[in-house]
Amino acid sequence: MMNNVYLHDPEMTELEQDLLKKIEQNEAWLSSSETLQKLRKSKRFPSIWCAGCGIGIVMGALIRAIDRVGLKNDQVALVSGIGCTARMPVYMDFNTLHTTHGRALAFATGLKIARPDMEVIAIMGDGDALAIGGNHFIHAARRNIGITTIVVNNSIYGMTGGQYSPTTPIDGKATTAPYGNIEPPFPICDLAKAAGATYVARSTVYHALELDKYIEQAIRKTGFSLVEAVSYCHTTYGRLNKLGRPVDMMRNLKEQSITQTAAKDIPEDELEGKIVRGIFCNIERPEYTAEYEKVIARAQQSDESSEARRAGGI
Amino acid sequence: MSIRLMQGNEAVSMGAIAGGCRFYAGYPITPSTEIAEVLARDLPRIGGKFIQMEDEIASMAAIIGASIGGLKSMTATSGPGFSLMQENLGYAAMTEVPCVVVDVQRLGPSTGQPTAASQGDVMQARWGTHGDHPIIALSPTSVKQAFDLTVTAFNFSEKYRTPVILLLDEIIGHMREPVELPDFETVTRAERTITNLSPEEYRPYGDTINDVPPMANFGEGYRYHITGLFHDPMGFPTQRLDEIDHWIERVHRKIERASHDIILTESDGVERAETVVVAYGASARSARHAVKMARQHRQKVGMVTLYTIWPFAEEEIDRVARTARRIIVPEMNLGQLALEVERIAGRGKVKRVTRANGEMVTPQMILEAIEAG
Repeated sequence: MMNNVYLHDPEMTELEQDLLKKIEQNEAWLSSSETLQKLRKSKRFPSIWCAGCGIGIVMGALIRAIDRVGLKNDQVALVSGIGCTARMPVYMDFNTLHTTHGRALAFATGLKIARPDMEVIAIMGDGDALAIGGNHFIHAARRNIGITTIVVNNSIYGMTGGQYSPTTPIDGKATTAPYGNIEPPFPICDLAKAAGATYVARSTVYHALELDKYIEQAIRKTGFSLVEAVSYCHTTYGRLNKLGRPVDMMRNLKEQSITQTAAKDIPEDELEGKIVRGIFCNIERPEYTAEYEKVIARAQQSDESSEARRAGGI
Repeated sequence: MSIRLMQGNEAVSMGAIAGGCRFYAGYPITPSTEIAEVLARDLPRIGGKFIQMEDEIASMAAIIGASIGGLKSMTATSGPGFSLMQENLGYAAMTEVPCVVVDVQRLGPSTGQPTAASQGDVMQARWGTHGDHPIIALSPTSVKQAFDLTVTAFNFSEKYRTPVILLLDEIIGHMREPVELPDFETVTRAERTITNLSPEEYRPYGDTINDVPPMANFGEGYRYHITGLFHDPMGFPTQRLDEIDHWIERVHRKIERASHDIILTESDGVERAETVVVAYGASARSARHAVKMARQHRQKVGMVTLYTIWPFAEEEIDRVARTARRIIVPEMNLGQLALEVERIAGRGKVKRVTRANGEMVTPQMILEAIEAG
């Protein structure tokens, strides 16, 4: 159930109707826009997200990144779990899979193994990826399976109305932490790196162009890659913590973030509360589905006869 | 074809391969682990794929993902793991993704008795996931049948786009019997119906004559949306009551209209029987023995063996209930499928013979119930 106060009006404005008509009528205009080719023509905007939300910026970054890599829509599978961010796939013209809460990476693992040729991208929120899905997150990273993972971190459960998540800051207020949060937040990038991811980067929805670049690099990476896109939720977290309007929260991302290079010269205690942007890991390790091909080769070389071997012709 | 001494779990693995399974994801759990071990060895030999996931939730998710990618997929587990799979099992029912889930039942609840047999998951198989949904569950009584019904499970799942549960019990899973497996190439395999429409015309959840919409595997040019939310014929989320009603009706109807294909039973001498024993799984083996003994004592006894547990064999039980005076239902639980038999036959006619301590219902227990009159 969505307790979202900014749900879009089901009645479209005249402007929107006009735009829709244009889209429908003007195929030439439509096909000239690479961005629009990645969106579903049948899905009507505005989206489910509140006006001013950062998730749409991540969607834009993802589209631009896919475009730059030059992937065809058919090649891409976009897998999500449950939550605001997890609603992204429905708007995009790929093979899209909206699964159960926390399990996007587990579904994506099965799909990637079945179709290693596809670019499988998992898109999750912080609660989806790190609370209920934390186990799948670390194990997908450990296996180094070739899934591109994007976590939109807005520090809160937005869709259910503002409960604290594994990335809510200490002392932050949430509907389930009315006296302030006492649980330390997960450092998502550190977690992914420690678990074995081969590409790990963080940026914010203010730094959209940087996000484009990181997501592009993540897609190009053969192994498990993670991009943390720091966002905000003005509807719940912002309201509960008096952080102002979307513009204020966006400005905060600009002012509170710092590049990894600049952060090197700053003592750790002064980095408290800062968002460090950059690429934290970019290494090579054998990718799971490629390794499994070797398992198949090894198994097929083995002389041992078996019932299954007899069935090899199937 | 040579005769081999084989365990029920091994026969399930062979049945999976013969049935076309090319992806297995699972998590170790007694008493089902041998299925994973055999498939870890044999799937890659034929180009199939095996993965040991981090838990049963992930295993269930992975087989759905792989099935959407076009591979026939299976997982195997036991009670505790089966409980963990329930949410994603519902997802498979909602999204109509073919897959097979093997549950080698052990004594529960909770950790219970891992190496002890049980038939305690009969109702979990039916109602374990939330919400109204159709489900198919099959239960073999022998090692050979474990092979056959695994093939059948794959065929049903592909034909009807539904998860199928194979309910073994620890006895059938671990028991060894000499079996003669057919040449795998001669095994009848059903394949999912793939759409013959163009991507522009394709409606992933549209109406069809048999209520089973043709599939399109991911990555083959049909870009569409799959969601666990109620969805419209295009697969997009819907809150429209007419579309929700339509979905619920269609998915139940698709199984119901195929019930003559799906419901597998075997009747033995029920026409003139005063007492009929209705049994399944390992309990059916005791029941057969008891019926044989009772007939030697000149009792008029018949037997119905249920190989399909869900959907329930209402017609067959109704027919039996019209002529027989009593129906005996032996189960390794406190009476789960007996509830269904009672629903059809009436409580007065049904006598439960139950045992829920990990041991088999013995032929003697059933014989006593038959002779108690």
